[in-house]
Formats: sequence, structure tokens, C-alpha cells
Amino acid sequence: MLYLILEQALNGLQYGLMLFLLAAGLTLVFGIMDLINLAHGSLYMIGAFLAAAFYQWLGSFFPALFLAIIATALIGVILERLLYRRLQGMSHLSQVLATFALILIANETIKIIFGAQPLMIGMPASLSGPVELVTDELYYPAYRLLIIAVGLVVAVGLYVLVNRTRIGMWMRAGASNPQMAAVMGVRIKPLFTFVFALGAALCALAGALLGPLLAVSVGMGESILIPAFEVIVIGGIGSMRGALVGSLLVGMIDTVGRLLLTFGLKLVVDGSTAATLGPTLASMMVSLLMVAVLFFRPQGLFPARG
Amino acid sequence: MIKKTCVALACSTLLAGTALAADSIKVGMMTTLSGPGAGLGIDIRDGFNLALKHLDGKIGGLNTEVITADDAQNPETAKQITERFVKRDKVDIATGVVFSNLMLAVGPAFFASETFYISANAGPSQYAGAECNPFFFNVAWQNDNLHEAMGKHVQDKGYKKVALIAPNYPAGKDALTGFKRFYQGAVAEEVYTKLGQLDYAAEIAQIRASGADALYIFLPGGMGINFIKQYSQSGMLKRTPLFAPGFSGDEDVVKAVGPAMEGTFNTSHWYREMDNPVNQRFVADFQKDFGRLPTLYASQGYDAAMLMDAAVKAVGGKIEDKAAFGKALATVKAPSTRGEYRFGNNHYPIQAYYLREVVKNADGSVSNKFVGKVMDEHVDAYAKDCKM
Amino acid sequence: MISRFGPSRSTETPLLIGLPGPWTAIAVAVILAIYPLVMNSMGEDFYISMGSRVLILALAASALNLALGYGGMISLGHAAFLGIGGYAVAILAKSGIDAAWIAVPVAVGCAAAAACLIGAISLRTRGVYFIMITLAFAQLFYYLAISLPQFGGDDGLPMTARSVIPGLPLDGDLGFYYFVYFTAGLAFVLLYRLVSSRFGRALVAIRENERRMAAIGYPVYRLKLMAFTLSGGLAGLAGALLANLSLGVTPHTLTWHQSGILMVMVIIGGSGYFWGGITGAAIFLLLEETISAHTEHWNLVLGALLLFIVLVAPDGVMSLRERVRALLGRKPAGGAEAQSSIAAGEKAQ
Repeated sequence: MLYLILEQALNGLQYGLMLFLLAAGLTLVFGIMDLINLAHGSLYMIGAFLAAAFYQWLGSFFPALFLAIIATALIGVILERLLYRRLQGMSHLSQVLATFALILIANETIKIIFGAQPLMIGMPASLSGPVELVTDELYYPAYRLLIIAVGLVVAVGLYVLVNRTRIGMWMRAGASNPQMAAVMGVRIKPLFTFVFALGAALCALAGALLGPLLAVSVGMGESILIPAFEVIVIGGIGSMRGALVGSLLVGMIDTVGRLLLTFGLKLVVDGSTAATLGPTLASMMVSLLMVAVLFFRPQGLFPARG
Repeated sequence: MIKKTCVALACSTLLAGTALAADSIKVGMMTTLSGPGAGLGIDIRDGFNLALKHLDGKIGGLNTEVITADDAQNPETAKQITERFVKRDKVDIATGVVFSNLMLAVGPAFFASETFYISANAGPSQYAGAECNPFFFNVAWQNDNLHEAMGKHVQDKGYKKVALIAPNYPAGKDALTGFKRFYQGAVAEEVYTKLGQLDYAAEIAQIRASGADALYIFLPGGMGINFIKQYSQSGMLKRTPLFAPGFSGDEDVVKAVGPAMEGTFNTSHWYREMDNPVNQRFVADFQKDFGRLPTLYASQGYDAAMLMDAAVKAVGGKIEDKAAFGKALATVKAPSTRGEYRFGNNHYPIQAYYLREVVKNADGSVSNKFVGKVMDEHVDAYAKDCKM
Repeated sequence: MISRFGPSRSTETPLLIGLPGPWTAIAVAVILAIYPLVMNSMGEDFYISMGSRVLILALAASALNLALGYGGMISLGHAAFLGIGGYAVAILAKSGIDAAWIAVPVAVGCAAAAACLIGAISLRTRGVYFIMITLAFAQLFYYLAISLPQFGGDDGLPMTARSVIPGLPLDGDLGFYYFVYFTAGLAFVLLYRLVSSRFGRALVAIRENERRMAAIGYPVYRLKLMAFTLSGGLAGLAGALLANLSLGVTPHTLTWHQSGILMVMVIIGGSGYFWGGITGAAIFLLLEETISAHTEHWNLVLGALLLFIVLVAPDGVMSLRERVRALLGRKPAGGAEAQSSIAAGEKAQ
């Protein structure tokens, strides 16, 4: 039981860190550009599909990952220049609708280009097996350890970028007050492009990394979009720290919470009821957490703007 | 052609004009062409169209118009399209629905308007049992059948402690019930997951902890792909073998999961290597036309068209005589990719089910391989409730 | 931040632009009353049920328009109320209660109660947080509907027959159309009275400047909550009618995609215009019907259309009249300066 919980904690960490890759980009775009981007999940899908395409072309995982990140970032730059720049300053309603439109367009376009059947990304052979963490008790897939490692490195990297560099200073300034930052001489427009490209690249990283674990299929973006939104709303929009804490919280609740909930219910009600009730409650838990957080702290846990 | 029509016309005049032979037939093809389930619907449509091509574009020799519509896996949309099919387009026969919940939503409208429906996939238990209908035919299988076949195979193989996993919704529970109808051993763990779940690490850990000696999954669509990838990667596949219904081990899934799929088993009423001329032609031409391996969905779409063709021919094109046409659909021997099958009293197939294994080919790719027959002449569990 | 909705920047009172003249309303009512008779005589029964669908979704979109267009509350969870209304009717029918005079009010009551609860919590937040929390609530109901086997789970809950009104057979397309016509008509009259009342004016004023209205002494939170509850109740009514039209309800009614589509309808028509929801629903359904008959890529067309509307005509179809007038140089409807301020206003929030 202890090892089961420990393994679940690792899974929660892994899921949380992947959510963080998406939420980080989403919260930056949100906070700095004041732009609600429902199509963030579509960038994740595009990243995964490009990675699959490059994988099929090159037959090797890491180069495909690298190319997919570059290509998705480029797509991000193009989208920002052509569309998002115009959406900025429009009402949130317009942004919701325009990015909803982008989801429809992206799904349909991917289907036309790649077909409706899911694609495959093979994982590097050296990482395809499990690692024995505790003798005979705890095996853990090597590939998931890689994901955790990459997630941690990116989290630290983003922390350094945002808190220790000049660009990061501009970003923070832009997040707390874009007009003032512009007046103080921050070149806002290139900054926006950079932020958007960064968000897209993080999406592609998440999409490509998860590719070997998940179905690379049309509509995959929507399945992860809502958790990512819940993360940033819980954490507080525009806050990097909030995104990290929110991601880990959601990740843990979704995995460890689900396990404990089912076990806990089994103590109270009979087995089959628990097996049914558990997942029903589990699927609602993250939404409930979000509602609770907003009820007590309407600005999220770590509001970016005072 | 002109001659044929003349003959038909003469015949019908002779028969005192009770039913004038139509010179055309209208088919409503409503299937899922967008959204996450689009791959399945597109396969059914492509299989159907390939059959039509093999029939020179004529079902039963009649001028054929196929109206294709996308239900977007949305019951509301499906109902709307059905209204259009029966009220405006006045189709003679319809097919295509992939998902049972959609079938249940649109069935009543088709039946009320006395439009024949040939299901190329959806096989809900309701329409197999008490709610069976003279206008409903299923050329694929009743929803429980693939699970029952696997239950029998796992039982025969002597597994004693099987873990089961399915999404937490009624179809998931039905599937596991179907499996348990033929598997009599102990259930190590029955896991229900959230619908559309992405990560199954928690469930995999749970299954490992349960000490099961085999695992059966019912996880349609992307869920199955996610699960199998993660299961294989956790190293569990070597310890606890994985069994799945045919659609979770079909070519589309194999293509998405890749080599990790090797060594899994699935049950199906059809397999690609089937040695009959209809199937050989179907497989070869499908690959040639669409550049991918056919799935069981594609074979079902193909068979639906072949059944229509055979039945229309059997009544000499007089599809207006609904009683005769219905009887022809139920009794005619239509060519099929699976070789032979016949309908039971509830218009669901009585047929054989086979075991397939995903194996690595000489060129390093993976694909399904026929292993053996699991069941013969299998009748679904609901047929006895059907008063037809 | 003040977001811009509808025709608010016009120099005229925004309410007067959005409201129909009596003759327009009567003309529309007469046309809609004759329409099914014409279709029936042509033997095109399909277009009668299509008409019922348009009216029902027009009601749903107008309900959302009350919250979104008039109240400035961007709810991305209105499908929940549609679904609750539908499930209420279907559950009652399953337990043997099929009288319309019980089922429909219960459906409206359930949806309004849910809206009141959701609104009470959600309205504490604003902006993006409000959008997300309404979405989260809708997801809760979706998961609930899909996992409860008593309510049919994924298969949904079918109804064997439509609700019963003594003397009016609803099973035929024609009878049902008139049932929808009168029910929705009543709701539209109610909506009209509502938005042209003091309450409606206060609501629009809150949308324009919440802080100022609070300072003047209006109970802002309570007014918004009332509007949200009414909006939810009316959406529930639409849901009850929809379940009757399609003889059943499925969890798909509750998906966030459905919420998005309702929003799209409002925007196509023009948010904050009385006719916005109605026009939007009609245009959307007709486009869907005609375009999806020709291509399986309807979503691509819809996406492109939506982008076009947001970027080029963010006020929807109903604003075109003023735009044309402005182009012609006539002043009465707010005129050119309103338009230029709309154009410039995009940036200066």
C-alpha cells in the first residue's frame, strides 16, 4: 500500500509537471497579453502531430522532439502576428470566440492533413522499460522518469528566466501592468511575440513528450485544455508560481486522490458501489477544488496583480 | 440497362402492379466523420464506398444515390439528420452509425417511418432483445459478442484470476458483464475509470497490486490507445497478458501504439488474412484505394453494402414491398468479407468469433495475426427476449 | 477592465437600439405562425420540425443573451441549464409524469435553482475567472449525467412520448410546432418586458459601469444574480422543449462545446440586441443545414466564419442595420460617431 501511494505520488508529479508545461504558457499569455486562449490545447495537439510526423520521417525520438518544438514555436509566431495581435485589446468574449474558432479550424485541418486515425510516436528504446526503484517493490517506467526530469528542468529554467533575467523582468512588468511597462520603455510587441512563441514551444514539448504515452489524435487538445485552465485559475492567472503549485495540486489530486478516494469509499460502502462512485467523484474533484478555491479566494491562490 | 428495366417493368405489370419496381434506391449514410471518433466512421464509409465501387455503383442493379452525413458523434445532430433522411430525402435504407448511444437516439425515427436500417457497427442490447425491430438489421455483432468470445478464450486458457477495466458508464459495465458471462473464474479487481481518462498509471499500479494473472480491457477509442501504451511501458505486459475486444486491437490502434502492442490478444468476427475471395478482393483494393490497412469497421461497411445489394436483387428491385424486402434482408445469403454468417430471429448475426494476436512481421512492423477460432455459430444473449 | 458588449458605445441609449418596434414583432409573429401551414401544404414536414428546432434554440440563445449581452456575464456553461431542463422533463416522464403543465414548470424551476446556486458562487468572481468557473460547473453536471446509470449514463434518457397537453396533440410536427411557438413566444414577451423595464436598464448600466452603479446604490450583485437566474430558467425551458422535440436527452447537451455553440449563436446575431439570439440561432442552424450537406468539413467553414465575425463584425448581424445607416450618412440610429468609436474602441478599453 505504501509503495502504491508512493508510485501514485510519482505519477501525480509527472502528470502535474506536464500540466505545468501547458499551464505555464497559458498563464504567461493570459497574464502578460491579457488574452484568453482556448486554442492553447490546439498548439499542444499540433506539437504532438508534428512530432509524430517528424518521428515517422527520421525514425528517431529526440530529433523529432526538437524539430517539433521549433516548428510549433514558428507556428506560434505566425499566429501571434496574424491573429492574436489583433485579438489583444478586444473583449474577452471576442477572444473566447476567436480562439474557439481556431480550435475548430485546427482540428479540421489536422484531420485533412494527417487523416482521422491516431498516429504513433515511438519512444527511445533505451527508456522503454521499467526501472527498479525499490527492490521487488517499486518498478517505475524509465520514460516517465525522463518526463519528470524534463519537467523539473523546465520549471527551474522558467523560474530563472522569469525571476533572474532581463526578459523575465519585462515579463513580470508586463504581467502586472502592460501600459506602464510600455511607458517605461519595455518593447512590448516583440515581448508578446516571444512570450507566445515560448508558450507554443512548451505546448509542443508537452505534446511530444506525452506522445509515446497517449493517443496522438484529433481532439487531444480539448481533453487537456480544461485541466490546464483549472490549474491557472486555481493558481491565479499570470502567476508562474501559481501555475506550478496549481499543476502539482491538480496532478496529485487526480492520481493520489483518486486512489485514496476509492480505498476510503471501500471502507464506508461495499466494493462495487465504491468502484462506481470513486471515479464519478474523482472526475469531479478537480472542478470542485477549483470552485472551492474561487469561493474563498476569487483571484486564485497566488494573484499576479495586487 | 434499358433492357433490364423493361424486364422489371414487364414483371411488375404482370404482378398487377401491387408493387412497382423502382429504378433507383436512396441510401442514407450517417456516420461519425469529425471529432475523436472520426477514424471509425471514415472506415465504415470507405468500406461501404469500396463495395459500391465493386458493384459498379449500383445496389441491386438500381441507380443508387448515397447521401452522406456527419453525425459528429452528437446525438442531437444525429436526430436532426435522421429527420432529414426520413422526411425530406425519403431514403429507402440507411446505415453507418458507429456508436450505440447514437443508434438508440435515432432508431425510433427510422422504425416509425418504416425505413430499413442496416447497422454497420452499433449493436445495442436493446435492439437485440425486447426492443428488436423488423426494420433493424446488424451486419457486425451484438455489443457483448467480442467480450463474450474473449471471456470464453480466457476461461479455456485456464486463467484463474482476471482483472477487468472499463470506463465508468453503462456501456463499460455491459461489456464486463458480457465477458463474465463466459469467464467463470475469480475477478482479481474490477476497475472503473473516468470516461476519456488520459493517464492510467494509477489503475496499472492497482492491477499489479491485485496479483491478477490476466487483464481484460474495454476502453474504446483513444482511451484504449493510452492504456495499452502505458501498460506495455510499465513492463506489465510481460507479467500479466493483455486481452482486448477486436476494436481495441485493430489496425488503427496497432498503428497508433506501434511495437508496444506486440503480444496482446483480441477477439473479432473477422481477420484480415481470411481466405475467401470476397475478403481477398476487399483487403487488396482497400489498401490500393486508401493506402492503409482495412479495420474491422471497414469490413462491416463493406458487408452492409453487400447485404443491401443481395437483398435488393432477391426481390428483383421491388424495395417498395417492405414485407418482402425485409424478409429478403433477413434470409438472403449475402457475400461477406467474413465468409459466412446468417441472421438470428433478432436480425443480429449468428457467426464465428476468432482470436487474433498482434505480432511483429519480418520487416519490423506489427500487425494482427489470426490464431484460431474461439466460438462457432454464436447466438447473442438477448435473442431469446426478442419476439420476432 | 471594462469589456465592450453589443451596441453599447452608441450615443443613443443602448436599449432603444436593441429593442424591436411593435410592427416588427407582429410581422415576425405572423410569419412564424403561417410558416408551418405553408410547409405542411407543400408536404415538407421536415421543415416544420426544423422550424421547431430553430425556435427552441432561438430561445436558448436569447436566454444566454440576457446574461451575456445585457448583463455582461460571459457564461461558458449555459449548456448545463439546457441539460438540466431536459433531464428534468425526461426523468419526470420516466417516472410516469408526462403532463406538460407539471413537467415544463418543474424543468424551469430546476434550471433556475441551479442557475441561482451557480450564479451565487460564480458572481463573486469576475472576468476570466467567471468564464472558467461557469465552465467548471457545467463540467460537473456533465460528469454527473454521464456516470449515473439511473439517468441512462452515456446513452442518455429517452422518452417514449412527448409531454401531454389535454386537447393539443403534440406528437405530430404541426401540433408540436405550435406548442413551441406559444411557449417560446410567451418567453420572448417576458424577455421583452424584462429588458425594457427598470431592471433591464439597470442591468445594462451595470454591464457598462458596475462600479458607478454600485456607488449610486444599486444592489449590483443581487441584480446580476437575478438576471443570471432568469437566464438559466429560460435556458431550462428551452431544454425542456428540446427534450420533447428529440424525445429524450443525452449528456452531450451538457458539453462545453454546446455552451460554445450557444455563445456563437448569440454573437452571430448580435449580443445585447433583442433579436440577437433569435437571428443568430436561425442563421447558425440554416448554415449548418446547408453547408454540412455539401461538405464534411463544416467545422472548418464555421471556424472561418466565426473568425470573420469576430474580426470584422464583432457586433453581429443585427448591428449591420446601423452600420449601413452610418454608411449612408443618416444619423438617427447612433450614427457615424458611434461606429468610429466602435472601431477605435477596440483598443481603448
